Amino acid sequence: MRTTTSRPADAPRTSTVVAALLRKELRVELRSFEAVPAMSLFSVTTFVLFHFALQRNALSGELASGVLWVTLLFAAVLGINRLFVADAEQGGFDGFLLSPAGRSALLYSKALTLLAYLIVLELVAVPGFALLLLQPALWPALPGLLAVLALGDLGIVVIGTLVGALAVRTSVRDLLGPMVSLPLLVPVLLCAARASSPVLASARAGALPLRWLLTLALYDLVFGLITFAVFDFLLED
Amino acid sequence: MAAATVQTCATPPHRPRSSRQRRPAARAGAAHPSAGRATLAALELRGLTRRYGERLALADVSVSVEDGQTLAVLGPNGAGKTTLLRLLATLLRPHAGEVSVLGHRLPEDGWAVRGRIGLLGHDPLLYRELSARENLQLYAALHGVAGDRVELLLRSVAMERRAQEPLRTLSRGMVQRVAVCRALLHDPELLLLDEPRANLDPAASELVEPLIGRESGRTRVIVSHDPVGAVAEADLVLGLVRGRVRVLATAAELDPESLVELYR
Repeated sequence: MRTTTSRPADAPRTSTVVAALLRKELRVELRSFEAVPAMSLFSVTTFVLFHFALQRNALSGELASGVLWVTLLFAAVLGINRLFVADAEQGGFDGFLLSPAGRSALLYSKALTLLAYLIVLELVAVPGFALLLLQPALWPALPGLLAVLALGDLGIVVIGTLVGALAVRTSVRDLLGPMVSLPLLVPVLLCAARASSPVLASARAGALPLRWLLTLALYDLVFGLITFAVFDFLLED
Repeated sequence: MAAATVQTCATPPHRPRSSRQRRPAARAGAAHPSAGRATLAALELRGLTRRYGERLALADVSVSVEDGQTLAVLGPNGAGKTTLLRLLATLLRPHAGEVSVLGHRLPEDGWAVRGRIGLLGHDPLLYRELSARENLQLYAALHGVAGDRVELLLRSVAMERRAQEPLRTLSRGMVQRVAVCRALLHDPELLLLDEPRANLDPAASELVEPLIGRESGRTRVIVSHDPVGAVAEADLVLGLVRGRVRVLATAAELDPESLVELYR
């Protein structure tokens, strides 16, 4: 059955549209530096603040995990808030809606863009965290931590893309983004912090708690499906 | 209201058929399931109503525009002109009434007409950090249009030399020229134009005339604050005040001077 968000048979291929949108995102970010530098700077500044506020040079285990994930989450919210702003302010959103391209292409491109933001953020934040606060050496913990980061990023990406699309068409998007995304991200925070806690305590990758990783993966899957199902309708008037 | 007000849906005589109208009719329509609902009119509005919260932006607007005709929409600020264009462009949904665009009912069949409409509004719908060429290449990908059409259009508005510069460094007139290219990139059958010559100097207006003017042969809806100029290039004139139809007449029947009443 056709819906208002269907696309005609001669519409461009989704992969072509996603590639074009990703090129646009990359160019806009490289020329404006609006999202990633702010996210990275925020994370490093927060680690410095924790360093002084806790008056400790070294964290490990649950505390280290909590500090890392809370910081990453708040930095990610900055990126989520910026994700659709250029499109909304400069009319690209309407331009996309006027085209016959499938609406899901925007979802894929935004999700991949947010994932790229998070990867760059973590390339800065995780070494910064290790340098400023982490007690065990980072290298032995890295394989396990990367697994948790990957699943955590996936959760942030699906929720962030959904909330970004929801908030961007409102006049209070700067407020609505964090207000909606943070509660939805609490399970991601909980699972990711619990999963990475033993890794950061013992610095052994084998200590990953599978239960929390599976819970996180399930949450990612559920929200991925929800986002995929409702994204088209969020774009409509 | 003005004595010249004519509440009729009368259709003006046909202009000579343009080359535009020799293109395959309803490019995508033939294959669509809703093709059976196709109507002769390019635009057909019946009792169209749209609200923003409690405020009525458009109330009971009815008008019919045939293929290749030009409808001029006039009215003071806040009359609902831009809302009408956004409704026709499928960006807004009607709250009541019936809307048919290029033979397809909106909002149900919006998917079938999106690639056949060109919207040139107040916003250029272009990214400031991208160059004119990059912007148009993006829209070419969104519409499945070959890249050489980008160069063709840039040349036609004399923007090929500045095409690699970020849009934020260009003058508003230049940005408007690029926006014209953007609106025409996919060779739309219906053009929705909101003050299309805003920011254009006389030379630039001449450049875009073959693309968006009467000689383009496309069905056009033009929003304007210049009654004399709009009536001169229109077949039908729709005057709106606070979302309601005050004038609906053929351009030939109207004295443009009488339309000044719309703004009082």
